[in-house]
Amino acid sequence: MAHPHKSEQPQAYESDTAQLSDRLAFVDKFPSAARITRLSMGVSFTALTIGALLGIVQALHRTNVFRGVISSADYYSVLTGHGVLLALFFTIFFLTGIFTWGTSRSLGRELPSPRFSLVWFLLMLSGAVMTATAIFGGLVGQIPFSADVLYTFYAPLQAHPLFYAGLAAWLVGTWLAGADWIRAYYHWRQDNPGERIPLQMFMILTTMLMWYIATLGVAVEVVFFLLPLSLGLIESVDPLLTRTLFWFFGHPVVYFWLMPAYFAWYTVLPKLSGGRLFSDPLARVVFILFLILSTPVGFHHQYADPGVPEGFKFIAMTNTMFLLLPSFLTAFTVVASMEYGARQRGGTGYLGWLKALPWGNPAFAGCALAGIMFAAGGFSGIINAGMNINSLIHNTLWVPGHFHLTVGTASALTMMAISYWLYPQITGKRLQFYGIAQVQPYVWFIGMGLMSNAMHRAGLAGVPRRTAEPQYQQFDFMPVLGSMLEMRLQIAIGGSLLTLGAVMFVLVMAGTWLAERGRGRLRVDSHLPEPISGPSDSPRVLDNVRLWFVIAVVLVVIAYGFPIYSMVADGALNPAAPPFPV
Amino acid sequence: MHVHRFERLWLVAALAMIVLFIGTVTYGAVGAGYGMVDDTGGQVDPTDATASENFREPGVYNGSEPGHYDVYIEAKQFLFVPGTSDPVRVPANSTVTFHVTSTDVVHGFEVVGTNINTMAVPGQVATVTVEFDEPDEYGLVCNEYCGSGHHTMAGSLHVVPAAQFNQTEVN
Ligand code: HEM
Ligand SMILES: [Cu+2]
Ligand SMILES: [Cu+2]
Repeated sequence: MAHPHKSEQPQAYESDTAQLSDRLAFVDKFPSAARITRLSMGVSFTALTIGALLGIVQALHRTNVFRGVISSADYYSVLTGHGVLLALFFTIFFLTGIFTWGTSRSLGRELPSPRFSLVWFLLMLSGAVMTATAIFGGLVGQIPFSADVLYTFYAPLQAHPLFYAGLAAWLVGTWLAGADWIRAYYHWRQDNPGERIPLQMFMILTTMLMWYIATLGVAVEVVFFLLPLSLGLIESVDPLLTRTLFWFFGHPVVYFWLMPAYFAWYTVLPKLSGGRLFSDPLARVVFILFLILSTPVGFHHQYADPGVPEGFKFIAMTNTMFLLLPSFLTAFTVVASMEYGARQRGGTGYLGWLKALPWGNPAFAGCALAGIMFAAGGFSGIINAGMNINSLIHNTLWVPGHFHLTVGTASALTMMAISYWLYPQITGKRLQFYGIAQVQPYVWFIGMGLMSNAMHRAGLAGVPRRTAEPQYQQFDFMPVLGSMLEMRLQIAIGGSLLTLGAVMFVLVMAGTWLAERGRGRLRVDSHLPEPISGPSDSPRVLDNVRLWFVIAVVLVVIAYGFPIYSMVADGALNPAAPPFPV
Repeated sequence: MHVHRFERLWLVAALAMIVLFIGTVTYGAVGAGYGMVDDTGGQVDPTDATASENFREPGVYNGSEPGHYDVYIEAKQFLFVPGTSDPVRVPANSTVTFHVTSTDVVHGFEVVGTNINTMAVPGQVATVTVEFDEPDEYGLVCNEYCGSGHHTMAGSLHVVPAAQFNQTEVN
């Protein structure tokens, strides 16, 4: 080794004068972590491709623009596929990919056991395949499977057991993945006692601890109630209890979608802008806030549920509003780091620096456009969170309008953009079809601008989400802004552009995957510059992840202890609702 | 720990906004008296809602005082009873409490263009109280996926001039 003392130096960040070895592609330094990252991303992008094709079918069907592909009854199989493949599999396989990379990169070592990594990956994959088989079986008459329960699978709607078994296997896979990264961290800690946790590793640790708490709800729901129900082992379930367990998980999963994007915005975007991160300590504070506040808020998805006392909705509302804080702080840091980068690149002026940013670099442009859309999504989210205004838009098209800005753009577009930067490093191949990649983020941005604004306005007019038909016989929708026809057209055109954007992305990735190594130098390297304000400026208690975990658990017990107790007290299966297979 | 001056300002502004949001919602609940759907409707047997004392035969009933009405609505795949085959009829200038439950899967109960919007969960009764001042016609729609015919589940609500409302319409 050329640098025998490397492990004694602070490893949180490579020094600014990066060594030659840092310029080597990630795949050459850590071939086994690179392989798991590639495999995870491969599954993620496959899910994205299928999900996006289903997306255009929905957008055209429910607006009555083109209905030649499916019947209205089959719309719900398609919608289940779209929700599960995109919200669960695309996002979370991407997460396991980027977190494997981040663990290995920030600790400067391989994961402890390549075989164990492969085990969790294969478990997740087989679970995902089982669940997808159950869903798409519903579209094929001869196959006895069906699972038209949407990605929220509210009981007593009942899917084929394969759907739940697959979800459970996939979930256990994510737990093992977390264990893998935590184990790598412990090994690093033994070799580096007393050092600050590298920022990327810190983000991975807090995100995974949040995930362990949050998934408990859905694991109990699936393993103790829904799977036994679908197997006929129990005859009924309490629909309110299972909903509550679902949303115990259902809100924090939102942060599981967002954290990979935040991870990229904090650690990679500053470099892409030509500068460095503003503040490492504040990044840590933000992730701690997410760990603590993400779970005790699930009741904000049940504002309209009977059987839940108002007080608990109020507590969830307050926590939800405080959960805005880490996102406000992120907005600041992201913009400040970009401005710093722009000024480093020679940008000047009050807003003139914006022009100095590398808008032609697809990795940068995607992240920046995703950030802008996220700000818009944040505003519509504040309406959702307002306990009483929420009833104006609850379960209307406003809601998918909102989350296509958040998960569908802030997360999804960032994931695509970061892939333009990351994928060459984990394959050693130069990004192909660069011109397509450069246009792609703008196509997504325009498509989402059209689809999402129209969905929001249609929601205000009362148009429900999750329906196959644009109009009802008994009444007409009265739009406040614009006309119903214009909104439908925008949804159809926007949805088509989005699917085009997804196809462009997948073309670039597939082209790069199939390209030979060595066709041109990589345009990217994995060196990440040090933040302006580093971790040594911050109190050590920030790194006491155990303490934050305990606080998070206590808050969850306060928010959920009593309501769940009161739902279970009259018998966990009461009120007893029998299943309805769909 | 060094926090940049601008960042500190931003933090304070963000916190102030958050407190403002919470304040507005609290005002809505306490000051303006906007009542949330909660557990006051009580529980019923999901397979036989009318057997419990929390729920009556679906229909319109006289309320506890003059000008008040109780409307019991059963949501089931893919109908509102009443609402789908016959419109729900209530007089103008009245206070109406809807009691909504489901006897199969989870449904939604949305009065289109208003903030009357609740889930219909088997085993639970949702109650929503509203005032209707003017005669009007509203659509009812199920806004939670409830099975392959979900997009057909709708109905209507007619707020009729008091003179046209007949006591024989009341159960
Ligand atoms: C590729 C372009 C996309 C198009 C054209 C599209 C279109 C749509 C449409 C029209 C709906 C509303 C369906 C309804 O309520 O009736 C919908 C729902 C949804 N979309 Fe997308 N979408 C796209 C991408 C995404 C992405 C990238 C994500 C997440 C990463 C996503 C997640 C969802 C989810 C979770 C739902 C709700 C499903 C449900 O209500 O059960 N979509 N999409
Ligand atoms: Cu939420
Ligand atoms: Cu429905």
